[in-house]
Amino acid sequence: MVYITPILALTLTILTGMLLFSFLGVDPVEALRNFFIVPINNQYGATELLVKATPLILCAIGLSVGFRANVWNIGAEGQLTVGAIFGGALFVYFPETESVFMLPAMILLGAIGGALWAAIPAFLKTRFNANEILTSLMLVYVATLLLSLLVHGPFRDPDGYNFPESKIFTDSATMPILLEGTRLHFGSIIALLAVLTTWIMLAKTLIGFQVKVIGTAPKAGAYAGFSQKKIIWFSLLFGGAMAGLAGISEVSGPVGQLLPSISPGYGFTAIIVAFLGRLHPVGIIFAGLLMALTYLGGETAQINLGMPVAVTGVFQGMVLFYLLACDVFVNYRFQLNRFGKAA
Amino acid sequence: MDTKDTEHPRLELKGITKQYPGVLANDDIDLKILSGEIHALLGENGAGKSTLVKAIYGVLKADSGEIFWNGTPTNIASPHAARSLGIGMIFQHFSLFEAMTVAENIALGMPGRQNMAELAKNIIEVSENYGLPLHPDRYVHTLSVGEKQRIEIVRCLLQNPKLLIMDEPTSVLTPQEADKLFETLRRLSAEGVSILYISHKLDEIKALCHKATILRGGRYIAECDPTKETAKSLAEMMIGTNLTTPRHQDTSKRGPVRLKVHNLSLDSTDQFGVDLNLINFDVKCGEILGIAGVAGNGQVELLEVLSGEQLSTDEAHILLEGQPIGKLGPVDRRKNGIAFVPEDRLGHGSVPEMSLVNNAFLSAYRTKNLLDKGLINNNKTTDFAKEIVEKFDVRTSGVSHAASSLSGGNLQKFIVGREMLQDPKLIIIAHPTWGVDAGAAADIHQAIIDLAEKGASVLVVSQDLDELFAISNRIAVIAEGRLSVSRDIHEFTIEQIGLLMGGTSGSGSEKEVQSVA
Repeated sequence: MVYITPILALTLTILTGMLLFSFLGVDPVEALRNFFIVPINNQYGATELLVKATPLILCAIGLSVGFRANVWNIGAEGQLTVGAIFGGALFVYFPETESVFMLPAMILLGAIGGALWAAIPAFLKTRFNANEILTSLMLVYVATLLLSLLVHGPFRDPDGYNFPESKIFTDSATMPILLEGTRLHFGSIIALLAVLTTWIMLAKTLIGFQVKVIGTAPKAGAYAGFSQKKIIWFSLLFGGAMAGLAGISEVSGPVGQLLPSISPGYGFTAIIVAFLGRLHPVGIIFAGLLMALTYLGGETAQINLGMPVAVTGVFQGMVLFYLLACDVFVNYRFQLNRFGKAA
Repeated sequence: MDTKDTEHPRLELKGITKQYPGVLANDDIDLKILSGEIHALLGENGAGKSTLVKAIYGVLKADSGEIFWNGTPTNIASPHAARSLGIGMIFQHFSLFEAMTVAENIALGMPGRQNMAELAKNIIEVSENYGLPLHPDRYVHTLSVGEKQRIEIVRCLLQNPKLLIMDEPTSVLTPQEADKLFETLRRLSAEGVSILYISHKLDEIKALCHKATILRGGRYIAECDPTKETAKSLAEMMIGTNLTTPRHQDTSKRGPVRLKVHNLSLDSTDQFGVDLNLINFDVKCGEILGIAGVAGNGQVELLEVLSGEQLSTDEAHILLEGQPIGKLGPVDRRKNGIAFVPEDRLGHGSVPEMSLVNNAFLSAYRTKNLLDKGLINNNKTTDFAKEIVEKFDVRTSGVSHAASSLSGGNLQKFIVGREMLQDPKLIIIAHPTWGVDAGAAADIHQAIIDLAEKGASVLVVSQDLDELFAISNRIAVIAEGRLSVSRDIHEFTIEQIGLLMGGTSGSGSEKEVQSVA
């Protein structure tokens, strides 16, 4: 049953979308074609889909581990940003370096940066029992402002006519392109490896087992001697590192430099991806591709049909809304109840 | 204190029967409460007290039987209907908003909109009248447990109840607070309010109540005047004396002490928990020690500190073969040869959503070496799960099925099997056959005895005295966080155990209650 609800939610989203399009005076079939098919009916479009899906999948796979452990990290967007700052900083301070170790070091720093940012909610949660939903979310805004501060100040390109941007990354600091003539880059390989690693970790290792037990039956976890605090630390650090990887793979990839804004909300959309993919690695790949399509489809609809750019957000919102609603109706039976007749 | 004789009893129940799936919770129960009477409902946990009270308070509907209110047949369909009849209930656990004031909390529980100024005046009036000092503007989180209970009582009194139901009201009170409560209850009784008082504390019932109805195993046993009974005779009625003959092993085979618990005290982390107070006992090799007691007297806390889920404040409080283990976590205690079967099978002893294979891995991965170079060895784990299923006769269609798909008895056999097949030196089992059908219970008992005969030490914590007498060599009783000295089961009588369970102390012959403070 749990695997039916995503399909159901998508169907409902598409139906509502068609309704919405007809209200806006657009032929719904034509609009859907522009939204879901036109963006990817050529090779460049298909690779663009992978480019957009890469940060989504990276963030979502990290979040899924936390969600399985009942650790609600909402701040992947901030961890992504700090990952980009850490990785990018290396280039900003050593722009002339042409070492082959430049990019690997940036990737490593990206993961460390994301993990450090996620360590703050982990510390607050384990030490003061502060709700990680609030702390991780608030840290998103701190991270965004931190990035803005840096690119307006110390990270700004001295030859950049005062634009708030860093130098454009050199080749040795940029993700190799996988397919000539497209933007498909090495970050997609990292995402794929991350999915495989996470899958093995969850299915075969003790720590993965602990994550699942603590998430579903915390008392059984305590009985088995698994430490809840350890799992909170682990899942937040893991999620943060994955989001940090997404961040560095964006700025070393399609973005190519540090800017005040480096992500159109990938870290938030990744929450939808994780749930739509049922927190399963394979599901997350599919869900990541689908959500990436809403970004592309929104752009096409904007260009070809003159739709507002908000259509992407509306579609993403509807998917989550219907998914949660379907889950409720699948798990609970709806019953009208008179007052006082309960229990 | 005289009970006024009116024409009809305030409340009368005839033949109340309630069947739950697999359990007959109430079997043809009669109850009669006169006006102004304090009536005790006495019975062990699981005797059917709460089911009966829920039927009176309209929370559930009995399958059959009649309820008469002042002599008129009445159908109480909901708690709302109960309240409008004049029935008030004080629950064991309060439903109060900590961040609101006393008056606000009371207003929330009253029907309709309240004039707060008038309500505050009423609260002061009622609370002073009945010796329940309470200030309407105080915030609830600043109050003691006893004061919080007063809020609930005042809330009921403001609605002029004719019958007040109290579910183990003193379980959360200090002795002084309890004495004050009794004064209030006697005053109410003198004014004609009937009180149904649920408890298993024999002292209280003898001191306070005019009548007592005793339930056992869902059946009505007797109605009596507790002031004319002895605590011993009440305990006998409550527990029953028809115990099966023990078939435990020869006591001469007992070896040296394996587990020693020495002066173990621990403050509970739970607000409603019980603090452990200077617990002392030991378990020898090849011996089965039973710990009896009514639930909620410190068993949960004791089991947690023994399993390592809660660490002891001093490592020397718990010694295994002379080695201090009080500060070791569950994994390290298992490595030292201790196994545990917790009370709650689903969610504590097993992960309900996970397969039996995964649940076999849960506690045995270290002792059974189920990790292979950091990865879970699936074949080995599956073999172990299959071994448990075979040797302990677990009825399941396969080890890949979720733990929640097994019946209670089969899951219990699985968990007991998982723990026993790790060849423990010491196994600690909580309520081994609670809610388990007779066949599975016999299997589990046999497995426990067999294990002890092979030289393992066994600690069984249970409420079921039949069970403890059937399998234990020695028994100790836990009450209010204190453990009595243990005695050979031949030296213990059921009455003595009953008295100890009721927390009765000071009557000369009960010296074994360790009231060392």
